[in-house]
Amino acid sequence: MADAETLLSTPLTDLHRELGARLVPFAGYEMPVQYPAGIIAEHAQTREKAGLFDVSHMGQAFLVGPDHETTARALETMVPSDVAGLKPGRQRYTVLLNADGGIVDDLMVTRPLGAENDGRLYLVVNASRKDVDYAMIAAGLPGNVRLEPIEDRALVALQGPMAAEVMASHAPAAADLAFMGAAEMEFDGIKVHVSRSGYTGEDGYEISVPAGAAEPLARALLADERVGPVGLGARDSLRLEAGLCLYGHDLDETTSPVEGGITFVLQKRRKEAGDFPGATRILSELAKGARRVRVGLTLAGRAPAREGAEIRSTDGPVIGVLTSGGFAPTLGAPIAMGYVDAAHAATGTQVKLVVRGRELDAEVAAMPFVQQRYYRKPAA
Amino acid sequence: MSTRYTEDHEWITVDGDIATVGITTYAQEQLGDVVFVELPEVGRKVSKGDEAAVVESVKAASEVYAPLDGEIVEANDALADAPGKVNEDPEGAAWFVKIRLADAGQLEGLMDEAAYKAHLEGL
Repeated sequence: MADAETLLSTPLTDLHRELGARLVPFAGYEMPVQYPAGIIAEHAQTREKAGLFDVSHMGQAFLVGPDHETTARALETMVPSDVAGLKPGRQRYTVLLNADGGIVDDLMVTRPLGAENDGRLYLVVNASRKDVDYAMIAAGLPGNVRLEPIEDRALVALQGPMAAEVMASHAPAAADLAFMGAAEMEFDGIKVHVSRSGYTGEDGYEISVPAGAAEPLARALLADERVGPVGLGARDSLRLEAGLCLYGHDLDETTSPVEGGITFVLQKRRKEAGDFPGATRILSELAKGARRVRVGLTLAGRAPAREGAEIRSTDGPVIGVLTSGGFAPTLGAPIAMGYVDAAHAATGTQVKLVVRGRELDAEVAAMPFVQQRYYRKPAA
Repeated sequence: MSTRYTEDHEWITVDGDIATVGITTYAQEQLGDVVFVELPEVGRKVSKGDEAAVVESVKAASEVYAPLDGEIVEANDALADAPGKVNEDPEGAAWFVKIRLADAGQLEGLMDEAAYKAHLEGL
């Protein structure tokens, strides 16, 4: 971790400070973990109204090639998803894979709308993996496709059941986006790139904005009484309730998409072709099942269990480990996720979580813990 | 006797040979929303510096250390059902434990309010 002297700021760091945020080091950046309202209130703000998140630390980049087919095929050598088949204005969640089928990072890839953008793909990667990802991608590209990290844009997320109404008053075009749709549009006259996606399980948007316009945009959103600022603390509790993975915790270079329970990153054409890194392992796991799998866990008591806690079967042996764990504000109870041997992965399986030398009763639970409420466009 | 404080942000009030221990307003602010408090069993003997309780916030678990040697004579079981009291009234209703002191002389080693304020300003 970088020391305080070398921490990076985002275009919104001064605003966070003005809002009274507690700033902490995160992936080399000074980021707001919470504001004065506190994590539980910020979590509720997002579930009930709309929360504004600064996610400018995440890596935004373009892949640029001569045409969509060429650029998409170049990325497909590193990911198991169908990128070539992505329609203009559509976004897809995917993973960078190493040769063993382990996950190097999880990321969003968008094919921008518009003929002028043909051959361009917009990527958003994890802050903590930027350097690793960019090196890997750059090394894997053919000569006619290049990676262009975007350093002059901020990224904010507006998430929650009122996000759409709030956005509509600044960027009317946002209302037309379907879930995982993306488009360029104007927000109060600012040219922004907006996708209808997020990391909370709620409807909402991620807004890529020129760095210089980030603060006016954030202030315009925060001026709406339905919107409150939300820090990384609640971002973590929201994504955990939504059953979403956090890279470096729930996914790492040893876990495959099958173990991680994210096989939806594999589309049919790629599965049939088996033409992605680690395909032998991944296809074998798809056919026969993985040895270990990611599961959700609910705890019987009030004490939370944290990342790293051992998972034991009721008759004693260690069967896995927690990769995320905490308190679910929406449920008012502790929840967790972790990896267990496949034999113990069925929903309802009773297990023990070892916390400070004591065993807490827990049960394998279906995820998401809190129902996702992504926007589904009504049929025309 | 007036309230005493530790560098780990605990407060201690003493009535006879019984010390009541909790965490300070500063400590609860640093922790954020408290969602669980694990308290020691009554009858347990503790030495100064032993882990005596655990406070879980949304984000993390933090240990609370025994500020003095003694025996736990009471734990504030009300915190089990209402851990949020630690945020609301940390220096009142949300006391953690009562300890029968083994050595009242140890109190001299703790900070008074002025010293604790100075300690906070130095952080």
